[in-house]
Amino acid sequence: MFDLDRWIEIFQTISKNKLRTILSGFTIAFAILLFTLLFGIGNGLKHTFERDFARDAQNSVYINSGVTTKPYKGLQSGRRVQFRNDDIKFINEKFENDIQYFSPNIQRFNVQAIYKGEQSNYTVRGVYPDYQPLEEAIIEEGRFISALDIKNKAKVIAVGKMVEKDLFGSKGALGKDISLDGISYKVIGVFSDPGGDNDERYIYTPFSTAQSMYRDYDELDYMGLTYNPKLSIDQALAFSGLLEKTLKEKHSVDPRDQGAVRVFNYAEGAKNVQQFMFVINFIIIFIGIGTLIAGIIGISNIMVYIVKERTKELGIRKAIGATPTSIISMIMLESIFITAIAGYSGLMIGIFVLKSLGDSLEKYFILNPSVETYVVVGATIILIIAGTIAGYIPAKRAAQIKPIVALNDE
Amino acid sequence: MIKIEKLHKSYPIGKDSLHVLKGLDLHIKEGEFVSIMGSSGSGKSTLLNIIGLLDTHDSGNYYLNDQLIEKLDEKKAAILRNKFLGFIFQSFNLITYKSALENVALPLYYQGIGRKERNEIAMKYLEKVELADWANHLPSELSGGQKQRVAVARALVTKPKVILADEPTGALDSVTSNAVMDMLEEINAEGMTILVITHEEDIAERTHRIVRLKDGIITSDERTKKSVSV
Repeated sequence: MFDLDRWIEIFQTISKNKLRTILSGFTIAFAILLFTLLFGIGNGLKHTFERDFARDAQNSVYINSGVTTKPYKGLQSGRRVQFRNDDIKFINEKFENDIQYFSPNIQRFNVQAIYKGEQSNYTVRGVYPDYQPLEEAIIEEGRFISALDIKNKAKVIAVGKMVEKDLFGSKGALGKDISLDGISYKVIGVFSDPGGDNDERYIYTPFSTAQSMYRDYDELDYMGLTYNPKLSIDQALAFSGLLEKTLKEKHSVDPRDQGAVRVFNYAEGAKNVQQFMFVINFIIIFIGIGTLIAGIIGISNIMVYIVKERTKELGIRKAIGATPTSIISMIMLESIFITAIAGYSGLMIGIFVLKSLGDSLEKYFILNPSVETYVVVGATIILIIAGTIAGYIPAKRAAQIKPIVALNDE
Repeated sequence: MIKIEKLHKSYPIGKDSLHVLKGLDLHIKEGEFVSIMGSSGSGKSTLLNIIGLLDTHDSGNYYLNDQLIEKLDEKKAAILRNKFLGFIFQSFNLITYKSALENVALPLYYQGIGRKERNEIAMKYLEKVELADWANHLPSELSGGQKQRVAVARALVTKPKVILADEPTGALDSVTSNAVMDMLEEINAEGMTILVITHEEDIAERTHRIVRLKDGIITSDERTKKSVSV
């Protein structure tokens, strides 16, 4: 129920006791300001972290081959394991349900690319269409490699934005012909990559085209896939473990051999990232709550002091007919009012500071520091609750003071 | 109006207790102008606090306006104080950040009377104590006598049954003391019951009945010349 008279009484008390109001308001505003800044900066750290670890699809698995380090089944160590096209078929049949995207890869380094006198060297990769989501490449113009390109062994390429910039300047690469080591390819697409400039200096060509161009028979370099995103991290790790074991068996590699067949699952990294994020979150919440508690204790102290200072006034009020309930509600409404207003201004100042900081602290690994709406709403609610508690205890005590004691208080 | 039977009160001091009031009997009728005298420690302030419902008694009976006062919680006491009693204190006890008018109007606020109405009533009582021109001044801008007149207006504003004055002239010089006593006399003449606590003979002489207290016992209770002349 809104009682205008009561609010007039409260506003009068607040405005006639400015120092006291400013003191208590400042404490709470400062606590909330610190809380907001801290939360925002913590979030900024998190944003940087998320960005830097978001190069490829988070559920990627890469399979590489190497040289055996242990003799096995009568085979000597030092043998090179070579993946071939039948491995593609083997994996896809065996793990059909666990795989989302799959692509083999043939890599050729230092391929000289020439367009009308401009030239530079790039890595060329022969891939399947699925490589695009694997790499999280974004097609800016044209299209990526298609299944038809693979079937036709078409001499087409998709180039990164940096390649386009190097060779074509501002003219645009789409539809032009580029010479790669003397053979002409048509540019069918230009892509960007969240991984940054390095990932935009690749040239992609159909897997079949690259294989016939750069490899003998059906050899390939490595395979990349993303696992079914429905798998949990632990399930994903189990899947890649089984994949490694099965491949080692197929290639007669000792199960304990670390070199010959290597399956790298991003889930491992994701697990670490998750744990790290958890720690960062924990620290932010811990310090944030600590700041809030310090603020609450501050306001409680000030309320105790205020009530002490007002003992005589409260005694007079009681002598002329104020009930304990009216004393409690007066002090509490004052407290809630001051905390809510001061806390809200602290919050607003904090958000304003974070907004104006923007990305200027990026070199300190703080990107887009900001607080979420639910944090803002939550902190405001906590504040009002804090104001209530901070006000209630001293108010209750004040209401219990005998008027005669209060009147004698000098 | 006020009836006290075998009233006892003691205060705990450490493990012992100090027996302040030792079985008082006192009857004050409506419209009386009574002073209670005694040196400090005689128990006169304790008596006033009990009568004023600012403190509780240990044993005995206390009737205020024919109502037996017992097992009073803070809330009931507050309501009774607001309804029946008006207080005047030695140190005025005005709220420092409120104007004279607001101080006088405050008891009406606790009666739930609207702002406009209570300011009108308060103004009427300020006129009565001849302070209408000072209505918007803070207590710090008033002289001692003026402050006490504001306090008198505040005590009267709720139309109480009894005015309790604890050393009302204790902080005032003799001229203003007389002015305040003139005012109390006037109020009494209009029918108000007034109980004054004082240790000054000449102040007590201006009331109609003097009750002398010593060591928690009433030693004398007599009419003054003044009451004879009325």
